[in-house]
Amino acid sequence: MKIEILGTGCKKCKKLEENAKEAIQSAGIEATVEKVEDMKTIMEYGVMSTPGLVIDGKVKSTGKVLKPEEIKKLL
Amino acid sequence: MLEVLNSIWSVFTAILQFTWLYDGVAYLVENVFQLSMDSNLGSSVHFFIYDVIKILILLSIMIFIISYIRSYFPPERTKKILEKLGGIKGNIMASLLGTVTPFCSCSSVPIFIGFVESGVNLGMTFSFLITSPLINQGAIVVLLAAFGWRVAVLYIMMGVVIGIIGGIVIGKLGLEDQVEGYVYEMKTGDGEIETLTRKERIDYAVTEVKNIVSHVWVYLLIGIGIGAAIHGWAPEEILTQYAGPGNPFAVLVGVAIGIPLYADVIGTIPIAEALIGKGMGMGTALSFMMSVAAMSIPAMILLRKVIKPKLLAIFVAITGFSIVLVGYVFNFILH
Repeated sequence: MKIEILGTGCKKCKKLEENAKEAIQSAGIEATVEKVEDMKTIMEYGVMSTPGLVIDGKVKSTGKVLKPEEIKKLL
Repeated sequence: MLEVLNSIWSVFTAILQFTWLYDGVAYLVENVFQLSMDSNLGSSVHFFIYDVIKILILLSIMIFIISYIRSYFPPERTKKILEKLGGIKGNIMASLLGTVTPFCSCSSVPIFIGFVESGVNLGMTFSFLITSPLINQGAIVVLLAAFGWRVAVLYIMMGVVIGIIGGIVIGKLGLEDQVEGYVYEMKTGDGEIETLTRKERIDYAVTEVKNIVSHVWVYLLIGIGIGAAIHGWAPEEILTQYAGPGNPFAVLVGVAIGIPLYADVIGTIPIAEALIGKGMGMGTALSFMMSVAAMSIPAMILLRKVIKPKLLAIFVAITGFSIVLVGYVFNFILH
């Protein structure tokens, strides 16, 4: 499973990245977390409010810092 | 309309009866801290404690309500609405949507690209980008707390008008070549617009309250602290003379200081409140706050990624000019 965090590096994006890692750990799933800072890729996903959360190429949430439990449900 | 708003406001203040708070804090200051309410220190301490508690209560309640409303307007939906519009109607709509679409300056670049790429014209994009930071939910709340609904409504109306006019002027100047070339080459995907359940909207609003309060309380404390000091010690005659509505240059100076200043606008409001109490012109204070909210060096550095320096300068000039104008109008109406 591949998780991408879309964002240009603001505080919220870093928090979301941490939460995603925490969610993976507590769910015990094999997954990679990658931060995407490239504007072009972010726009290709159609995301206008960062941070965005993408799982296996699908946008799951935008503009929100999801809690680890919420991310766990999406995995 | 006026009567309706007035009665809503009186119900609102009655529910939140801040007189209990005012009296309670006065009791605390006089009997626990043993300070006279008439002394400089006593009135400053009272102003500080009373304002902090009042604003935190109002901030939490109002941000909850505003965020709940805002959960209906993600930028992706705003873009969809604006795509179909043009002309002055487009500018009006863009400016109005700027008031309800959640915005943080870190999103200004993706929003700009998303709008321009999907065919929203440059003028409309700027209408949105000018209004959005001006009508900041925290700032509205603190304005309500400090000055009542009339000033808050007037502030919102002025913000919307500045956005409309600024956008129209930028649109008319034909500055499309002043957008960085790569913006036009981007391909934006069609992101799905989430439909949220009521529970998700409530969760979102609660998270926003937590985020905003945890982010702004420092600025608020500093702002109220400075405000309290002004309240207790600032010399009224001198302030009235130099910063009062009678001095036409005060607005200009206020905006010139406000543009580069990087502060949370929420922190500047208690300072403005105290300064107005000491004789500063209301318009002078409001235009200073608007310039802090609408423009800052970090926000401009972000925008520079998508627009060339000339357009950035025009944006600053038009917005700054409109804010100065608003300052004079407020000074004229409110005094």
